Amino acid sequence: MAMLEVKDIYKSYGKVPILKGVSFTMEKEETKVIIGPSGTGKSTLLRCINQLSPPDKGQVWLDGEEITNPKTNINKMREKIGFVFQDFNLFNHLTALRNVSIGLEKVKKIEKDAAQKRALQELTRVGLEAQVGQYPAQLSGGQKQRVGIARALAMDPDVILFDEPTSALDPELIGDVLDVMKSLCGKVAMLVVTHEMGFARNVADEIIFMEGGIIVEQGSPKEMFTNAKMARTKEFLGRIGALYGEDETGG
Amino acid sequence: MAADFAQFFLNSLPDLFNGLGYTLLLTFISITAGFFLGISLALGRVYGNKIVNGFCVGYIELIRGTPLLVQLFIIYFGLPSIGIIFTPIQAALLGLSLNSAAYQAEYLRGAIQSVESGQMSAARSLGMNKLQSIGHVILPQALRISIPAWSNEFIYLLQYSSIAYIIQVAELTAEGKFIAAHTFRYLEVFAMIAVIYLVLTIVSTEIIDRIAKRLSIPGIGAAKQVSLREG
Amino acid sequence: MALETLIESLPSLLDGLIVTLLLTAVGILLGTTLGVVLAAGRSYASRPIAYLILIYEKVLRGIPLLVLFFLIYFGFPQIGINLDAFTAAVLGLGLRSSAYQAQIYRGAINSIPEGQIHAAFSLGMSKLKAIRHVIIPQMLRLSIPGWSNEFTILLKDTSLAFGIGVIELMRQGRYIQVRDSSLVLIVFLLIALIYFILVFSANRIMRVVEKKYQMAGYQAEAHR
Repeated sequence: MAMLEVKDIYKSYGKVPILKGVSFTMEKEETKVIIGPSGTGKSTLLRCINQLSPPDKGQVWLDGEEITNPKTNINKMREKIGFVFQDFNLFNHLTALRNVSIGLEKVKKIEKDAAQKRALQELTRVGLEAQVGQYPAQLSGGQKQRVGIARALAMDPDVILFDEPTSALDPELIGDVLDVMKSLCGKVAMLVVTHEMGFARNVADEIIFMEGGIIVEQGSPKEMFTNAKMARTKEFLGRIGALYGEDETGG
Repeated sequence: MAADFAQFFLNSLPDLFNGLGYTLLLTFISITAGFFLGISLALGRVYGNKIVNGFCVGYIELIRGTPLLVQLFIIYFGLPSIGIIFTPIQAALLGLSLNSAAYQAEYLRGAIQSVESGQMSAARSLGMNKLQSIGHVILPQALRISIPAWSNEFIYLLQYSSIAYIIQVAELTAEGKFIAAHTFRYLEVFAMIAVIYLVLTIVSTEIIDRIAKRLSIPGIGAAKQVSLREG
Repeated sequence: MALETLIESLPSLLDGLIVTLLLTAVGILLGTTLGVVLAAGRSYASRPIAYLILIYEKVLRGIPLLVLFFLIYFGFPQIGINLDAFTAAVLGLGLRSSAYQAQIYRGAINSIPEGQIHAAFSLGMSKLKAIRHVIIPQMLRLSIPGWSNEFTILLKDTSLAFGIGVIELMRQGRYIQVRDSSLVLIVFLLIALIYFILVFSANRIMRVVEKKYQMAGYQAEAHR
């Protein structure tokens, strides 16, 4: 049984359909990258998985429990699903350390000292042990996002969802964040929506190509980049390749 | 009962209209006088030398740091003891105008400073002198930005002009008190007065909003302030 | 001679000051409590309730405080509610302030980005936990400048309680004037000075509080 199973997800905003039946599965410690043009519902898909935007139809299962079932305690499930936001969403009133420890303290009910010790470990892991006392507004974008990753990691999630984690960053700051993500490979399952093709190519176990609210094609990076079956996939990868050249950011 | 109240309401109308006239007079004259004095104070704060700036700050802080009623008492009861005598309406107009000037100066100063630096350099680089830059470039923007705050100030004056009742100006609240004292129908009278103020507040907010929209320029002063009162 | 009368009158000014401070303290307490509840109601309660709160706010902001005082003190007895002048004044001050304060808190709640709640949810927080640990701490910090502004307004507005006969600072000033009319200017200048010191100190203290609780780099929007 797969760790995460997404079954036939539909979602519309008003009358505009965004997702039109998306299904895939993920195994433990697998890294999956979702690519595709803007506005094809990639971010919506992530938000449907942890129910920040509940899907109109379809099911999401994690470890044999149905998240989409209204009877499921969604808060308990979200503890197991880390989420890294495009615009960070760090808690503005808390230091970096408290941003990472607050979930442990208030949700997992871990004692404050222990929680902060753990938070310090996670911040060290992402290279920010010097910034623990700083507030979000005092951090650079790259540092903010690494705090965001540490915050997700501290909860010991089964899977972390990354919603375009580098797209709000200045180009010179992207590398640090991608390095941290790469270091997590094989330690925790990651589902990453990104436009960083270098990362997708070098780090992903599998790539999902989405367009128009459906999965057009999925496969290993090698298959997708050298031998895509669908014309739309080829066209997209060709276009993005032309745009970024042989982009090896984070590669 | 309803007919009785209607009759009472109709009988009260002439007096209430009289009072309303004074209320509007107080409001319009004070907001206008306060505006011109306020602009001078604001310009003094931004562009004045140390002495001018110090004077303006002192004035603004003193006025904003004391209740309007105290200011009215000093003007109406206090000044006659040194030979300066005002009628109630004169005292009220003076007090409200001087008071409003301090608040308006602060809105305007904020607005001027928010457009100041880059716009001033650009104006000066075209060869305008300082006065021209202020008149043609800074103020036209600053005034638009301060419209929402100015609208609040208008409402503030409309309501606080009721304080003039205490120094015997026969404005709306005073007329109400008069009618109530003679008929013993306090509840009805003050409810009527409250409704009149409420309608005035709503209508004037709406009118100023429309003016603001008509005068608006894309990108300038779009943000409407949340807080309605300044302390 | 006049100086003697003035010195003899000082204790009565102190009495007035105490009443003024009491009016301020009870009024702001009532206004803040009610204001927070109203703001929460407008943001989180059902539509009809939110709408009622909106009307309450509009009405109370649209009526001059003096008229509100008259309505409560002179008008309410007609429907069987008899309040002494002090209680009527506190009620008027508190109710009116609550309408303004509700706006401050709602503005603060609205200025907190939606992402903050999403981030809280993504950590597994319930709605109540998210409100308690994320929304309220940020809301309170963002409201400090507005609240201190409101505090000084209420402090100055207590002077209007004069109009319904509360024996506060202004009324004590009038009593002194009646006793010796030559003192009138100096007495009201003195009262003005007392108010000024109160307002000035309140502003200073609140600025320290504001600094202490400021979210570093995250500028609270000051409306001054």
